[in-house]
Amino acid sequence: MLAFLIKRLANAIFVMLSVSFIAFMIFRFVGDPVELMLNEQATQVQRDELRTRLGLDQSFIIQFGTFVSNASKGDFGISFRNQQDVLAMIAERFPATFELVIVATLISLIVGIPMGVITAIRRQTWYAETMQFTSIIGVSLPSFVVGIGLILIFSVWLGWFPAFGRGDTVNIGWWSTGLLTHSGRMSIILPALSLSLFQITLVMRLVRAEMLEVLRSDFIKFARARGVPARIIHFRHALRNCLMPVVTMTAMQIGGLIAFALVTETVFQWPGMGLLFIQAVTFVDVPIMAAYLCIVALIFVVLNTLVDISYAIIDPRLRGAEK
Amino acid sequence: MTELQVPSAAKSQPGRIARFLDSDLWWSFKSSKSAVGAAITLGLVIAAALLAPVLSPQNPYDLASLELWNAELPPIWMEGGQMPFLLGTDVQGRDILSGILYGTRISIFIGLASVVVSLAIGIVAGLMAGFYGGWVDNVLMRVGDVLLSIPIILVAILVSSVAQALLPPELREAGISIVLVLAIAMYSWVQYARVVRAQTMVERRKEYVQASRLVGTPARRLMLKHILPNTLTPVFVTATLNFGLAILIEATLSFLGVGMPPDQPSLGTLIRVGNQYLFSGSWWIVLFPSIQLCILVVSVNMLGDWLRDALNPKLR
Repeated sequence: MLAFLIKRLANAIFVMLSVSFIAFMIFRFVGDPVELMLNEQATQVQRDELRTRLGLDQSFIIQFGTFVSNASKGDFGISFRNQQDVLAMIAERFPATFELVIVATLISLIVGIPMGVITAIRRQTWYAETMQFTSIIGVSLPSFVVGIGLILIFSVWLGWFPAFGRGDTVNIGWWSTGLLTHSGRMSIILPALSLSLFQITLVMRLVRAEMLEVLRSDFIKFARARGVPARIIHFRHALRNCLMPVVTMTAMQIGGLIAFALVTETVFQWPGMGLLFIQAVTFVDVPIMAAYLCIVALIFVVLNTLVDISYAIIDPRLRGAEK
Repeated sequence: MTELQVPSAAKSQPGRIARFLDSDLWWSFKSSKSAVGAAITLGLVIAAALLAPVLSPQNPYDLASLELWNAELPPIWMEGGQMPFLLGTDVQGRDILSGILYGTRISIFIGLASVVVSLAIGIVAGLMAGFYGGWVDNVLMRVGDVLLSIPIILVAILVSSVAQALLPPELREAGISIVLVLAIAMYSWVQYARVVRAQTMVERRKEYVQASRLVGTPARRLMLKHILPNTLTPVFVTATLNFGLAILIEATLSFLGVGMPPDQPSLGTLIRVGNQYLFSGSWWIVLFPSIQLCILVVSVNMLGDWLRDALNPKLR
């Protein structure tokens, strides 16, 4: 078990080092920071001075080392565009993205699990087949098209929900939440729905596959033979055995959702980290791009590692398989 | 060499087409309604895109043919709609239908090109990793692991935005599509590599490979001529599903503004541009390209889904 833990952690650290290497390379590719920071008339002495001050006269490896050690302390430098601390800018936007992702995840579980159960236990009926068919379409629809469609129908034509922004927010400490105000709750519905659509189909397909598996097992047959009502068999005995993979998959998907939320945030002009990133991309604001990449990758890697480790704790067979 | 073999093979056995029509694959295709429907739809979409110069009433790239008084015309069935603008026009007087047909071409081209590039990288990497094992395998698969542990969309955005910022202006026009293809391929080769590697490791130990090795067949020939054909079935399924994914990623990048530029619009770019007029009432500018994109991706994915089931020996 200890060997497994160390291997997983080493793997996570290796991935994070590679990601910070990519982030570091972006800085090097985009151009000489000295040229960007000084004006045309600067003398060679001034240039050399700035170069030394920024550590750019050091070797490549030392520069990368400095970047990694600064990044691990949360110091990603200052935005090229508006001269603010990058980490503070991202932290300010984080609650918006996090709330969006959590609400989307909840929607996908609340809608996806019952749909999965129904398609598994009523396999031959027309409504189960329709759900199965729409799930293929659901996987294929581009998320930004879904978002635009929702805006067109529910905001432009019906006028039920606001089309962009986050509504009014309330500050609890440094965390700003939109979930406590009416306009905030109305604003989150459409973006969360469009972000969760892909997730719903994933949950549904997973629950269906697991249910079909469990329903074939002996203890279900035995419960049937004993005359336990179908409702109790399906929802209490069978479903409970399906939930473990659903929970782990959901946990692993949250990292991906945070990254993918940038598309939804662009469509709905949702003031989260993703929108900040996309705006930074348009202005080639490299410190923000690099910091966002590192932070999202960190969330992604930490979640995946935690899920892997918890799997190994729950299911001892996996520890052997890893070796 | 293959050209010489084909005529003799055709004489001795029933033709390739006849054999194909007799196969299990064709049978399962015919009996699947959604596969036939998807294939017909996809065929129509591709044909329309290829015939775009013939079919479309206007060349959307030819600025001289645009007339500003034709701007923001609604579709033909609505009040104010005019021939020949069946689906209406955008704010510059560009015909929406023509834009869609030309845009579909670009979307399909980038999707196909990125599948081909990632197939090439993935097959070579997978064969090498599976055949040689050892450190080659370790390095290649490690790189793949790292790529898969970062969200794809981020990598693609970063690669294409940084590359576009670096491209000299005179190369920009041709360069952007190449950059996009590489950005998409950079991620998806890993899947092919994993599939090919797993299969190669199985095949490598089989007797025909051992025998061939004994008579001194060079490794390159062994990999490409003997092992590769036996790994292709799962690769083919992955490629179909990835084609749909590649079109989606390209559309997403273009929508976010780091893909195709407005003077060479793909479907994603058209949607990005049209999205700005969502609130001004000109919904057709964004709606029709979106529908076309959905039709394209859904039909490709349905074909891929069917192919996966049809070629899966466990489900037969």
